[in-house]
Formats: sequence, structure tokens, C-alpha cells
Amino acid sequence: MELFQIDFSGQSPKKVVGIDLGTTNSLVAFMDLTGPVVIPDPLGQNMVPSIVSLSDDGHSFVVGEQARARLITRPEHSVYSVKRLMGRGVADIQDEIKLFPFKIAEGSENVLRLRVGDRTMTPPEVSAQVLRKLKANAETHLGEPVTQAVITVPAYFNDAQRQATKDAGRIAGLEVLRLVNEPTAASLAYGLDKRQDGIVAVYDFGGGTFDISILRLREGIFEVLATNGDTHLGGDDIDNRLLAIALEDASSEWGRDISTTGEAVQLVRQAVIRAKEQLSFAPEANIEVAFGGRAYQRALTRAHFESLIKDIVDRTLAPCRQALRDAGLTPEQIDEVVLVGGSTRIPLVRQAVRNLFKAEPHTDLNPDEVVAIGAAVQAGILAGEVQDQLLLDVTPLSLGIETMGGVVTKLIHRNSTIPASASEVFTTSVDGQKNVLIHVLQGERELVKDCRSLARFDLKDIDPLPAGMTRIEVRFLIDANGILSVSARDVRTGKEQSVEVKPSYGLTDEQVDAMVRESFEKAEEDFKARQVREAQVEAGNILSAVEKAKANDAWLGLTGDERAAVDLAVNQLLAVYHSDNHRLILDHIAKLDSATVRLAESMMNSAVQDALKGTKI
Amino acid sequence: MSEPTEEHQCWNCGEHPPSQKAARSLFCQFCNSLQAPSPDYYRFFGLNKTLAIDPENLQRTFYQMSRLLHPDRYGRRPERERQYSLEATAILNDGYRTLKDPVRRAEYVLNENGFRAAEQRSSEVPPELLEEVFELNMMLDELKSGDDSVIEQLGDARQRFLSMLSGIDGELETAFRGHDGAPEGDARLKVLTSIRAILHRRRYIQNLIGEVDRQLASRNA
Repeated sequence: MELFQIDFSGQSPKKVVGIDLGTTNSLVAFMDLTGPVVIPDPLGQNMVPSIVSLSDDGHSFVVGEQARARLITRPEHSVYSVKRLMGRGVADIQDEIKLFPFKIAEGSENVLRLRVGDRTMTPPEVSAQVLRKLKANAETHLGEPVTQAVITVPAYFNDAQRQATKDAGRIAGLEVLRLVNEPTAASLAYGLDKRQDGIVAVYDFGGGTFDISILRLREGIFEVLATNGDTHLGGDDIDNRLLAIALEDASSEWGRDISTTGEAVQLVRQAVIRAKEQLSFAPEANIEVAFGGRAYQRALTRAHFESLIKDIVDRTLAPCRQALRDAGLTPEQIDEVVLVGGSTRIPLVRQAVRNLFKAEPHTDLNPDEVVAIGAAVQAGILAGEVQDQLLLDVTPLSLGIETMGGVVTKLIHRNSTIPASASEVFTTSVDGQKNVLIHVLQGERELVKDCRSLARFDLKDIDPLPAGMTRIEVRFLIDANGILSVSARDVRTGKEQSVEVKPSYGLTDEQVDAMVRESFEKAEEDFKARQVREAQVEAGNILSAVEKAKANDAWLGLTGDERAAVDLAVNQLLAVYHSDNHRLILDHIAKLDSATVRLAESMMNSAVQDALKGTKI
Repeated sequence: MSEPTEEHQCWNCGEHPPSQKAARSLFCQFCNSLQAPSPDYYRFFGLNKTLAIDPENLQRTFYQMSRLLHPDRYGRRPERERQYSLEATAILNDGYRTLKDPVRRAEYVLNENGFRAAEQRSSEVPPELLEEVFELNMMLDELKSGDDSVIEQLGDARQRFLSMLSGIDGELETAFRGHDGAPEGDARLKVLTSIRAILHRRRYIQNLIGEVDRQLASRNA
């Protein structure tokens, strides 16, 4: 079927990267010739902590591991776990705010704004900083600009949360080719590993979100049968549980309330996380905190830890059962359960999975990296590099519209394979009516007040006719990213009807555009600056090598002209070393390189002769 | 759905399909680019208009067409083709969801033939069920007035409704075969009328089961 497509442009197509934008950690991966590979940062670390801190100059940001220390030293300038706030309104996050040291800024009605130092930032802007860091790591690693990405989201993310993630990508200068559900991405990585048909459940218990997805794998098709989850359930909840107990305990021991001191809270938080992680491997761990000249220490046994978190772990089970019901399957019909997310390292979690699915979970894959690996495979699929695999994903939540009496009429049911669409004909109820307002919601409940408002669509400029005469067909289309679009058509005239969208939560297109413009200029700058820095490093290397070589006998063996040519090239390179033009620097590196060819040759020869003489150089 | 009357022309290469059959193809025979999809599920899946459908075969076709049409396959194609891919895959998925389920499939065919399947008033009691419904309402009234002794009877009634449902599924299958065997036209429409009545009865019984479950749940709460 496929035509041969020959690329005459002589350029290899641009790399599409896969990004796991996590609550706690984020990763970037790409398809190498041999398969998906996670891209490390310049220090060799695969995971970038999703922590963003405004630096003291008030302009640039510190992201990742370097920002972690600033959670303690500069808590008001630093943000973590921002994924929990994506696509949410102020009313949604009242519970979070009690536990997280976030300060909500003025003007947060339609979109949440955080106070970060003396700036206000929306969650997509904070996430964009993490994405820019990953983008930069990828560009350094690949040696080319990276502008296109696949980003993963929790399967149970609603439309607003997905849109917010897409906005974050745009602000970071990335064209988001696809949002992929995290458990589905993990199943791609699993499929690559196992290459076996069957029914698989992916249990994804991460830092802030929980997802369960059930898939049928058949001849390279990964068909999601059902998905469920909780976008507010994760390792953070375990941390907060331990944190609250330890804060109270330490406060009473020290005789002063430390729960309002940002620095102390962060120190205790990091201590309980350490203990939690140790308890996955050891039967007992210590929570140790030193603050303000005082020390706090408590031993925590695994049994006690498990009794503290049992209800949190149990909250993952109801979504699992619902997903099984929706897929029309019993636990026995699941061939394998794949574990994803750092929280699945906890023995109690594995036990719960074992009990529910009556099967030993598959733990061969690194739970921290499997989502990023899968995102890279999906990037490869979109780039046409991977041909034999295809994901068929579903929408996690039912889509409906408000009808009489505040009731929601479902148009597209949850677990429908996407892209999916539905049409509904609306009519006017008053003579000469020119507008029809449609309220779109997402959720499983019957009443409008129990569902999530997505947007209000205003059908405008309707021909004024007697009531009931106008029939307008509205088409709701959920794309492969799980994001809704709406179009409308006058049934009588066939004319396209204009639709004005007012999203209930999130940024408008204009707001995102402004952020994109601002960051795009910065991204260009950043990329240039990095290229210059890299050229300078290379120049430094060759200059010091030449300096050393001058101490070698071979230097004296050159003709005067040759020595003069080398000196000239050295001086020219030094002259351009501080320019902001990396091409210029690279050109002069090349010139110095060719000026020193003879020098290098004779050094090599004398080294060989020395070696033959048996003397050490 | 009405057949397209305007002459088809490839949006990409401008060629006209040489035959009616080629005009219905999703891909241009000359340049292989994806064309605007037809919204008719049967035509889309290349199926005859029968009500009985082999589920295995349907799934196989669904997977094959997904490979050809899915937006993931059009990442590097022109914008217009990407849009067609999105539209076509939405129809493919909507169609698969509809056709794989016998009830939705029948409702779809009813709608296509001018029956408003879903619009039949659900408050109209199917005559066959009058007696059952009367008894059930009495039991529910007793339950509401605090008489827990009817809980067991309600459980029995629920069981009866469930077995009625599976009986109806058998009836549907027979009716499907009747439809497929009948010549197109009035004979088929007559079968469709009876299928509509069966579907109405089915929906009614489902609502009854839902009502029993709701009442029992609120009793237990």
C-alpha cells in the first residue's frame, strides 16, 4: 500500500524525543538505531528531579538535582510536585495546599498562579522549566536541536490536565506530537521486552498519581480495553502521612512547633522519604533530622510503616476492580501484571497486587524508566521509525453535556477507543433565538455538580427562526491525545456554525502564545549559549594540548614557518574564544588543528622511536 | 446515509476514480493518499448490511484498518491527510464500538432505516411485562414502607429478569437471521419493526433491574 518515499533533502528527519514528565522525577529518551535509550544529563544521571527553583538573580531557574538543596535553603523560591496542580482550579487543591508549601497568588480564578519568589507562575510554566531542562539534555546528547516530543500523562488525566501538559510543552519550545498515557507507554516497553500476545494489566503507582490499564496485546497492536485511576494518589500521600506524624513527634519532643518553618519541614520530608525508600529493602529504618542545633531520631519498622500506609495502598484496589469490570475480565484472565512507578517498590504494594490479580507481578523492567522508554517507542512510531507496533488507547472519562435539570447526558462513554466522536442535534426553544449555550462535562456521575466542567460552548449567529425550526448538529471529537474539539453545523443549510469555547480551567490560547513567544526567544538564546560553551570547551582542550606539545622535542623539530603558523592559529583562536559565535570558534579550532598536523605527526614518530628504544616518555 | 452524488476527485492528485467501487475506496488509486472518509459504518468496514456479524472477523478488520488509518501513521504527512486520518479513525472506532455490540448494531441499523429506536417512550410498558411490572411495583412499595420480608422476593424477581434478558438475546439472534435472510425492502422493514419491539422490551427490563438494585442499595445504606 505504502508508496516509496525518497527524501532528497539530504537531511535526516528531526529526532522526536519521548518525555516522562513525572510528579517526582522526569526523564527523556529517544529511539537509537538499536532501540529506545534514556538520555542522561551531563553528569550521567537519567532522572531529573521535577523540582524548579527561581535563582537568586530572579531571572533564571535552577532545575533538577541542583534545585533539591534549594527546597531547604530557598523554600519560597522553589516548587516540587507541580504535576498535582496541572489543569486544576483553586477549589480543587484546598487539600493539597495544607501539605505543600505552595503559595497561591492573586488572580487564580481561571488558572492557578503560584508565587515563586517575587514572580507568579502557572503550573504549565513551572513544568515547562523541567521540560526545557530535558530538552537541553537531549540536545547536548544528540548534538542537534530538539523541537518535537511525545509527553506522557497519567491515563486518568482529564481534558484540562492534558491541555495544561500540552501548554507546558509549547511554552518549553516543544511541539507535542502526542500525549501518551503512562501505563500504555509502559506496555509498549513491556511488549518490546516480551514480544508475546496476551492480556496485560499495567499497575502504575507513581509519585502523585495512580493508574491501572488493561490491554490486549495482539500481533503488535496494543489495545487498551479499560483504564481507571486516581490522579491524586501516589508516593506523595505516603510521604505526607509520615511527614505529618514526624513533624508532630519532633515538635512535641523539641517543645516548639516546627510545622510552620519551611526549612524544617523540608528537612523532615527528605528524612521520611529516605526512611520510606530504605524500608523497601530493610526491615527497619531510621528517620533522622538535624535542625537548629537539635537532633531528632526515630526508628521505623516495616510492619509499623505498613500499618500506617495500608489504607493508602488499599485505595488503588477499587480502580483495579472497576477496570476489570469495564474490560469484562476476571483477575484470572490477566496473563501478567506490569509494575510501573517508584511506589511499586514497596513490598506491601506488591503484596496487594499479588492478592488482587492472583499472579506474580512482572518486575523485570526498571519502574522508574519504563514509561520514558515507552514514550521513546511512541516517538519512533510517530516518526515512522517503528512500523510494526500501534497503540489503540481509550478515553478514561465519559464525556457529556448538561441537559434539563442539571443532569449530564453522556455522549462518549469512558473506555471508548480514541479518536472517538459523537454528534448531537440541538434546537432552539424560543422564537428568534440566536445563541445556544452548551456546557460540556467529563465524569461518571449523573449530576452536573458531580462532574468536571470542561468548557462552555456558545453557538452564535444562529438564523433567527421560530422555536424548534433551527437544528444544529454539534460534533464532539476526542483526538488521539484525549483532547476534545467541537464543531457545529446547521442541519438545514449545511453551513458551518461558529463555536466559541470558554475553557473552565486553564490558559487561553493567547496566554499560551505569549508565554511561548517569551520562552522561544529564550530557548534560541539558550541553545546558542550552549553551543558557544561547548565550542569553548573544545577550544580549551586543544589550546592546552598545544601548550603541552611545545615542551616536546618535536616542537623544536618544526621549521620556523611551521612554528609561526601554529602560533598564529593559537592567537587567532584566543581572539575569538570569547565571541558569541560558536561557528567562528569551531572554524579556528579547525585551523589550529590543521596547523598542528606536522607537530602531531612528529610527536607520534618520536613517541614510537622512544618506545622502540625502550625508554619511557 | 445518502450516497455521495457529486463526482469524486482526489484532493491530492486531482484524478477521478475510474469506477464506482474505486470511488468508495479510502485511498486514491493513483497517489495512495487518504481520502475523506464515509460515515457509513457498514460501507466503512466493507460489510454487507446484515445484522449478524462474525465478531472475530470484525476484530481482524478493525486491527487491519487501524494500522492503515491511525493518526500515528500520518505523523509526517500533509495537514489535510492528517485531518482525514483523524476523521477516519474516529469513524473506525465509533463504528467498531457500534458493530461489535449486537444491541448497538441493531439500534444503528434501525436509525439508518428511519426508525427512532432510542426515542420510543421508555415509560410505555411492553404488554408482555404488564403483570411482572405490577407485582414488582407492589414489592418495591412494601420495601419502601420498611417491610424487609420482600427482599428475598425481590432477589427472585431480579433473577427472573436476568433470565428474561438472556432469552431476549436469543430472540434477537433469531430476528437478526430473519432480517438477513429477507429480501431488501418491506420484508426487512417488517423484521426491523419486530426487532425494535424486542429492543424496547430489553431496555425496559434493564431499567427494572437497575431500579431493583437502586432500591436494595438504598435499603442497605
